[in-house]
Amino acid sequence: MAGKNAAVPVNNHNRPTRVKIDRSDMVIRGITYVVVAIFSFFCIMPFWMIVASSFSSEAAIRRSGFTLWPAEVDTYSYYLLFRSPDQMIGAYLVTIGLTLVGTLIGLFIISMTGYALQRPDFPFRNGIMFYIYFTSLFSAGLVPFYLLITQTLNLRDSYLAILLPLLMSPWLIVLMKNFTKAIPHAITESGKIDGANDFTIYLRLILPSMKPALATVGLFLALSYWNEWYYSSLFLTSKTTYRPLQFHLYNVINKVASLKNSVAGSNVIIENLPGETLKMATAVIATGPIILLYPFVQKYFVSGLTVGAVKG
Amino acid sequence: MEKEKVLNRSLPRVTGTQRFIRNVKQSRILLLMCLPAVIFFFVFSYMPMPGAYIAFTNFQYNKGIWGSPFVGLQNFRFLFISGQLSLLLKNTVLYNLAFIVVGNVVQLAFAIMLNEVRNRYFVKVTQSLMFLPYFISDVLVSLLVYNLLNYDYGFVSNLVRSAGGVMPKLYQNAGAWPVIIVLVNLWKGTGYGTVVYFAAITGIDTSMMEAAQIDGANGWQRIRYITLPCLKPTVVILFLFAIGGILKGNFGLFYNLVGNNSMLFGTTDIIETYVYRAMMNSFNFAQSSAVGLFQSVVGFFIVLGANALVKRIEPDMALF
Repeated sequence: MAGKNAAVPVNNHNRPTRVKIDRSDMVIRGITYVVVAIFSFFCIMPFWMIVASSFSSEAAIRRSGFTLWPAEVDTYSYYLLFRSPDQMIGAYLVTIGLTLVGTLIGLFIISMTGYALQRPDFPFRNGIMFYIYFTSLFSAGLVPFYLLITQTLNLRDSYLAILLPLLMSPWLIVLMKNFTKAIPHAITESGKIDGANDFTIYLRLILPSMKPALATVGLFLALSYWNEWYYSSLFLTSKTTYRPLQFHLYNVINKVASLKNSVAGSNVIIENLPGETLKMATAVIATGPIILLYPFVQKYFVSGLTVGAVKG
Repeated sequence: MEKEKVLNRSLPRVTGTQRFIRNVKQSRILLLMCLPAVIFFFVFSYMPMPGAYIAFTNFQYNKGIWGSPFVGLQNFRFLFISGQLSLLLKNTVLYNLAFIVVGNVVQLAFAIMLNEVRNRYFVKVTQSLMFLPYFISDVLVSLLVYNLLNYDYGFVSNLVRSAGGVMPKLYQNAGAWPVIIVLVNLWKGTGYGTVVYFAAITGIDTSMMEAAQIDGANGWQRIRYITLPCLKPTVVILFLFAIGGILKGNFGLFYNLVGNNSMLFGTTDIIETYVYRAMMNSFNFAQSSAVGLFQSVVGFFIVLGANALVKRIEPDMALF
């Protein structure tokens, strides 16, 4: 299911039987090509606009707005960002650190739990699964959670307040469990016969054979860390100097003061700051890596969806 | 299973406790493997639960949850009488209904259409392009929308003006946002949903298609009499699960698009955004948690109902 071929499901019935193609088939295909192509165009057009705007001069935008092609090519806002890269580099390091550490720890716990919970000879599997699943059906709400983090655990302005809550979710554990089901129980049995304990079986026999599952769940985790701004907005105050990338971008977009700070030390008077292009350039730098990586990782998401989405 | 039976018989009279202890001993390593996750959910999900008591207090931050005076249902009463709760409920439910209906119709249509296309390359490329918006943060989405709709510099604003039209100031115009938000949500979710339905179509027995084709069924007929009926269970179940989450809003999307622009709250404020603002901006912890608790409890029963319906239709698909 999660093999390379399943990554982008392409239906190939009627390939050998070349039955006559009648007119309604042609109409459907024609409509499909047009509609899907237009929609796909609109899916990437806004990204292109951000890039184009970021390379435009501020004056051109003030004059004729955002355009599909910069009226005057100008890299001034990139120059500003790279001349005082402190904020951006800090944000990058924080985000990369959180993504790496969070994804690795999360993957380890999720895969271990997912494997244990699908073992048919584990008498507590249903109980623990319900214990975990119940949390997605009922929650105390935002306020008690906020007080837990800020008062009980005292994690305000700590990166742990972002790292910990994103480590796992019931949905990812169910997804992992469904993936692991495909591994034959005989592997576990053979390990048992050799006298290995359950953890060794998981580590030595199961983990190496679940690479597609690890890739998919790992990418879901990595994406949630990379795109994180929500917990940052709840728990990081102005005392935290370096914010995760997307939260940095959020502040640059929404707060004039942050826009100024983002190029602090460049000795530009606020009125002269290229506000619009600076926002766009920050967005390009903050989102660039995920767009560049996208073509390589996308197939793992698709395979993950086909395994886990219908039975969330 | 067999082994267990034999063991049971060989031991005289195993009580429940003894059996439990034996199970724990036998599977202690598997239990230990689950321990990190169990602790995680205990700390981050179960520990806050008693804190829902805040909804029944006049919460004061320095006095803590249990030191604040108990006021009974006063917070809820206020929310009902002021009309705040009904507005939030109305917005949340209507947006979700629009998302579910518009989203699923488009996703289903796209999946079926892509299934009729024989050009693998076209399918692959367009699927990748349509999936892209799913990968980006809501922060960036808000910037994309700003880029298009901003009154002074927006791309669409310019198009409208150069075509001689009058561009409304959308960021001050509450009536326009339900349309904008539904469109943005569609833009973000179509690729994802199309993949799910496409996978479901791929699962349809191809021999049915071939038989229909040999019998001379054309494209419309194959869609109408094979693809759609075969997809019906999937559609119904996804629909029911979506209804189960009808009180849950997409906080990131709404908060980034609207933020603290109070001119738009009438048509855009959903439960999540209200809860967040009441806590973070007005420090009204009690009312915020009252709304949150209302959402959790009512939402819980809606999920139970939806799951019961799913269980009736397709027992294997039920959540529990």
